[in-house]
Amino acid sequence: MLSRTADCLYWMARYTERAENTARMLDVNHQTSLLPQPEEFLEQSWRKLLTISKLEEAFMSQYDVVNRENVLDFMIYETSNPSSIVSCLFAARENARVIRGKITSEVWETQNTTWLELQRILEARNQADPSRLLEWVKHRCHLFRGVMHGTMLKNEAFYFMSVGTLLERADNTARILETKYEDQASLKALRAENKSDDEAGVDFFDFYHWAALLRSVSAFEIYRQIYSDQVTPKQVAQLLIFNKQMPRSLVCCVNELIPLISEMKNQQSKEIERLLGKLKASLDYSDIDEVFSQGLEEFIEQFLERINHIADEFSNAYLIPLAVA
Amino acid sequence: MKSPFDEMLDATGKARPHYQVFHNWLKQQSDTLMGLKRAEADLIFRRVGITFAVYGDDLGSERTIPFDQVPRIFAAKEWEQLEAGLRQRVKALNCFIYDVYHDENIIKAGIVPAEQIFNNAQYRPEMRNVSVPRDIYAQIAGIDIVRAGEGEFYVLEDNLRVPSGVSYMVEDRKMMMRLFPDLFQKYRVAPVEHYPDLLLECLKSVKPDDVKKPNVVVLTPGMYNSAYFEHSYLAQQMGVELVEGKDLFVKNEQVFMRTTQGPERVDVIYRRVDDDFLDPLAFRSDSTLGIAGLLSAHRAGNVTLANAIGTGIADDKSIYPYVPEMIEFYLGEKPILNNVPTFQCRKPDDLAYTLANLEKLVVKLTHGAGGYGMLVGPASTKAEIEAFRGHLIANPDKYIAQPTLALSTCPTFVESGIAPRHIDLRPFVLSGKTIKMVPGGLTRVALKEGSLVVNSSQGGGTKDTWVLEE
Repeated sequence: MLSRTADCLYWMARYTERAENTARMLDVNHQTSLLPQPEEFLEQSWRKLLTISKLEEAFMSQYDVVNRENVLDFMIYETSNPSSIVSCLFAARENARVIRGKITSEVWETQNTTWLELQRILEARNQADPSRLLEWVKHRCHLFRGVMHGTMLKNEAFYFMSVGTLLERADNTARILETKYEDQASLKALRAENKSDDEAGVDFFDFYHWAALLRSVSAFEIYRQIYSDQVTPKQVAQLLIFNKQMPRSLVCCVNELIPLISEMKNQQSKEIERLLGKLKASLDYSDIDEVFSQGLEEFIEQFLERINHIADEFSNAYLIPLAVA
Repeated sequence: MKSPFDEMLDATGKARPHYQVFHNWLKQQSDTLMGLKRAEADLIFRRVGITFAVYGDDLGSERTIPFDQVPRIFAAKEWEQLEAGLRQRVKALNCFIYDVYHDENIIKAGIVPAEQIFNNAQYRPEMRNVSVPRDIYAQIAGIDIVRAGEGEFYVLEDNLRVPSGVSYMVEDRKMMMRLFPDLFQKYRVAPVEHYPDLLLECLKSVKPDDVKKPNVVVLTPGMYNSAYFEHSYLAQQMGVELVEGKDLFVKNEQVFMRTTQGPERVDVIYRRVDDDFLDPLAFRSDSTLGIAGLLSAHRAGNVTLANAIGTGIADDKSIYPYVPEMIEFYLGEKPILNNVPTFQCRKPDDLAYTLANLEKLVVKLTHGAGGYGMLVGPASTKAEIEAFRGHLIANPDKYIAQPTLALSTCPTFVESGIAPRHIDLRPFVLSGKTIKMVPGGLTRVALKEGSLVVNSSQGGGTKDTWVLEE
């Protein structure tokens, strides 16, 4: 397969997954922002959403204040923001258009219809209800993956799309977890300073906060089923990092990547296999207690660095045209 | 002026025999239904993404080419004659290209003046004495045909460089079958959907001699080209790679493509990039669409380009007047298809005639395409004609003039209902081991009342073209 074609397949899948995860991230923030909480905290949690995607500077050059309306506007509609939902869906569709001959017409039509429907949504963007829009984005991305799994040959093209999806998902789950965990920590600190709230109130808030996070990765019912227990930060982190059956967990993404890469072997893929194997081992031989004693934030920073290093190696091995042999 | 020939109705307003069944069917369809069907077609074309990129517009804005539901129908007999004429013409054109790059017999025989060849920007000295497989230069030809009367066809233009539109021929057929399946039970319409198979067979048959299993690719300028849909469509239908210039490189006069498993040899390139942009080392050095060294690989016979470099010499409008003589010269046959009488403004007598009759003539640039830079005398105002006269006097060499033909019309669904509109036809001729065609072509229709300009860039639409089986 042409390296350029592989590149388009990979990015089409990554951008679609990114659109979905941006929608998930915005949705959880939108949901938690409706809970009773101090003003300054509210602003901080929207700000955090920007910093985690390294977009704070770009945002501040266009808006005066960090608030729900502005961040939603920037993260959903702003075309100068490469991570906005509109930008991601556009990029996914443009990549699909380039290689429409390599995907089934059903996959192409799904991407194209998403884009055409989005045009109509944009025309009426003032009336758009953010929750419904975010829900729609998730549905379209689910549909894309379903059509992809249901119609495409399980060949190289399919593998490149799968790798794109999994790398993006691992990255995004890690980021969602990190944002919310930090939010939670800073809220606790804030409340400790003020000492204005009673204990029960904090617990109550905790529950909604973590429940919203779980919902954002479609894991609330899963959590109940697995733990049949209260929602605690540690168990939430355990589920999203270590649960092998949970499709958006870090371990699950890494485990699914390994057989894909071994299917796609070429002369330059050894290094990726080594890095992935190492990452899998470090997850397999660790547990949530170790992560918490190391510090969740530090653990996630390291994970992000490693998964992005793997993505770079992957680009070098497959997507950047190989030199003359 | 007598009213133009209508494809469906004769002079008394009765349907012609091969249109009879369709005519009766059409009378039973309400305008509302036809309107709904048209909207449905547009929606499907959009969803499937059969669209043109609109240059210089916003994020991903695209438009569809209007599709008209009234087919243009040929009776079997008539098509037979047309097809024979097309095969003959393309055969002679390929002989001509071979000749001007080798023996120059047609010049020696005094039929085409030497300066018309060697001073022509479309002549590529790089191709002198270069052999191409089977001596075929234009594997894919799109010949523009118009009808003036019963059995009276004229060739308007030969397109031998990178003719486009064939994907619309196939997609229009699919759309008609989808919108009106019942019509295909009333008529036996010869299929056209196997065109990509014929194309692949043709491309494989012109492989370099030493190659056993040729690796065929389609070369596109990229997704921002207005015909990108077609490039991608043909590659997909043939099951071959769609490549851009940057995917290919030349080493030791051989062409390779960059794949995820390393370099892979390429043997036949169906290129949809113009000569000028093919090889920055040989032609325009600022081209980013081409492949450095491609010409050297082509000359060494290690890769076949379809069409070959330098075919433009045969479809230039200044060479067009000589095609009937070419047919007699190379094939010893009488031309089956008519040429439109053409005045070459470079000749003083022809220029004088043209200047005296501008209001009656169509004047065209010899190198122009897409309906730009032309004057349609009868449809122009006095001021437009006078402005054009200035251009013509300043650069007579650049122009040819032809009488305005009474292009045939075909009933077409427009705002006011069903009304006649002018049409032309572009059938595609494939030359490989043998010459092959699918029965049909792309019918283009000028949607504006009275307009003779059918180009999609000037607001033209398309119709499905039916050739009936006996």
